[in-house]
Amino acid sequence: MSNVAIKVENLSKLYRLGEIGTGTLSHDLNRAWARLRGKEDPFAKVGETNDRTRKGDSNFVWSLKDINFEVKRGEVLGIIGRNGAGKSTLLKILSKVTAPTTGRVKVQGRIASLLEVGTGFHPELTGRENIFLNGAILGMSKAEVRSKFDEIVDFSGVERYIDTPVKRYSSGMYVRLAFAVAAFLEPEILIIDEVLAVGDAEFQKKCLGRMKDVSVNDGRTVLFVSHNMDAVRSLCSSAIMMQQGMVHAAGSVRDTIATYYEGVKVQTLAKFAINEKKPSIVSVAINSEKLNQSILDINIEYTSPFELRPPIAGIVLYNALDIPVFGSNGRYHPYSSNMVSGLEGVLNVVIEGVELHTGLYKLSVWLGDSASDYDAKIEAITFNYLSPNSYSTKPDPLLIGSIDKVATWKFYGK
Amino acid sequence: MPYLCSFNRCLTDLSRKCAAAFQSNFCPAANPLPVQKADVLPEAPPAAPGPPDEEWTEVIQPHTRLLDLGLRDVWRYRDLVLLFVRRDFVSTYKQTILGPIWFFIQPLLTTITYMVVFGGIANLSTDGLPQLPFYLAGVTIWNYFAQTLTTVSTVFTTNAAIFGKVYFPRLTMPLSIVLSNLVRFGIQFALFLLVWGYYLLGQHSLHPNLYILLTPILLGLMGLLGLGLGMIFSAMTTKYRDLAMLLTFGVQLLMYATPVIYPLSRLPLKYKSFIMANPLSAIVETFRYAFLGSGTFSWFTLAYSTAFTLVMLLVGTVIFNKVEKSFTDTV
Repeated sequence: MSNVAIKVENLSKLYRLGEIGTGTLSHDLNRAWARLRGKEDPFAKVGETNDRTRKGDSNFVWSLKDINFEVKRGEVLGIIGRNGAGKSTLLKILSKVTAPTTGRVKVQGRIASLLEVGTGFHPELTGRENIFLNGAILGMSKAEVRSKFDEIVDFSGVERYIDTPVKRYSSGMYVRLAFAVAAFLEPEILIIDEVLAVGDAEFQKKCLGRMKDVSVNDGRTVLFVSHNMDAVRSLCSSAIMMQQGMVHAAGSVRDTIATYYEGVKVQTLAKFAINEKKPSIVSVAINSEKLNQSILDINIEYTSPFELRPPIAGIVLYNALDIPVFGSNGRYHPYSSNMVSGLEGVLNVVIEGVELHTGLYKLSVWLGDSASDYDAKIEAITFNYLSPNSYSTKPDPLLIGSIDKVATWKFYGK
Repeated sequence: MPYLCSFNRCLTDLSRKCAAAFQSNFCPAANPLPVQKADVLPEAPPAAPGPPDEEWTEVIQPHTRLLDLGLRDVWRYRDLVLLFVRRDFVSTYKQTILGPIWFFIQPLLTTITYMVVFGGIANLSTDGLPQLPFYLAGVTIWNYFAQTLTTVSTVFTTNAAIFGKVYFPRLTMPLSIVLSNLVRFGIQFALFLLVWGYYLLGQHSLHPNLYILLTPILLGLMGLLGLGLGMIFSAMTTKYRDLAMLLTFGVQLLMYATPVIYPLSRLPLKYKSFIMANPLSAIVETFRYAFLGSGTFSWFTLAYSTAFTLVMLLVGTVIFNKVEKSFTDTV
């Protein structure tokens, strides 16, 4: 028995951009004509690499281009990459939702894919009925579902409502039930697309734990696509990073994530479109000179159609793993200047003595007043911070955390 | 203070997550550091070549062979077909007061309308049969076909959300539609049998005969023809939505080209061959002949319908299987 579970060979996928449905008939006729003459598909050639920021010349784009990789049995592979890098397309092909344009994938073992939880849930059916239906959609037989039914219900924690139509469920209960069904799938290969971004924190933890169980204890092969580097790091044994439809980096999780962050654009000033109907953040700027002196000095410019009494902003700083490092708002740390109210202005926050390790950080900004929350810019700016402390071996903030605390060690011999 | 709350919650949520992550990543005993793991990719080391082609359980590739219908897969998912049938049935009549009685009301009202319009006003012949069983017989079997066809023909567009997210043999969906409609037919057929029995006992001129035994075959033909044609349409509507529009009134028109509201025997000769070219005609005529004892029956036309159905079924399945592989890109 070989230990390769999935082998992807020269996999490519061509997508047509723009409106489908206009001109397809003429394209189809063109294609058929070319095929009759024994020529290649006339539209397949014009594809170009997938870069959504640049306007291409043709209407066709290679969402995946010549992908090659292997997944070993029992391996937990993380697939990371920015939006539009081709991750989802890859998953779709692996889960047989769509067919590749060229190339092939060889698979050993039964695949089950979770591109979404609760696929096929019918609002009118009860929780019980939906467990069976959803289980069958995911590839379980009735007997299989029945044997795991109690575990599923137990895991979901919605036992009381199991005979109520799911349309009466809260969205949290719905998701719990949906994930519970998926969690008890027993395929040899499991494909998961960011379904962890659901439920409350406690349930998320439960899901992560269950996934770890599946991969570590049951020795199953798992492919896991996520933007959450934290989850990828804690679950996966190796990773690949995709960029513009190609495998950009592959190998250990740590190296791949590091490569991922190398490509992040550093931006110390961000301007935003204004919504005239509600208070909006106009721009967020960080003072890079002061940053070099370990002072975080941020200006948040806002405008509002009505007076904010008083305008309050909040910030949260995240590290490269999207873990919040610290935060502040005008309520925790009240204003030192005299604030009354204003239609527009700049809110300035200064945090001195920033003790951070060298690395990439992101800042999210909120705007509100004493009563409500008006605007939020998640990851408004991204910046590199250079720590003034020097170390003989460079500490890895991805490993030991972001806070750079100088510690004193002593040795007492016996 | 909603602002403060949401801000707060955001912080606590994420920091909890952070704590969990830190624990699992920092403590080497619980979870070996990622550095020590994994040395795969991107190229397969020559020491571990994949098994030869025949050992793979599955190969995903751009095209499959034309006649690779994946029926074995469908069989593996047979539970799903039944669950879909159950879902259709339960969900249609939840929160209605009359529930499955609606199955009765619809053909009954249609029949009464036909009795008034075609029988009463237009004075069309019913071959000497009482109007109620005559029209009801036609409507019952015709509805089975029409319902199956129209529902199957939109199977890709209505299920795009599910089909785009998870794989199961797509054929299960049209099959479940045929079966759900069969259940529906069963109920309507019971209604027909009631009416039929009433007229039979009432000494009306009904002469049922042994051809009644053909009923399961007639049903099979109707269902499979609806399935075959429906699959062809469903495959084509993924690209050209125009066909969906065409189909809805096409089915209506087709009913007039089928002897549902008139008997074949009273047709002028010049139309007769045209109507008989419609493979549905023989099925409807046979059904009515078997139960009511008046109409036209010939083994030849029935064989023609059967052949037509089988061809459509094969063509439909092949096209359906071809389209299902990539329809998510065009729907």
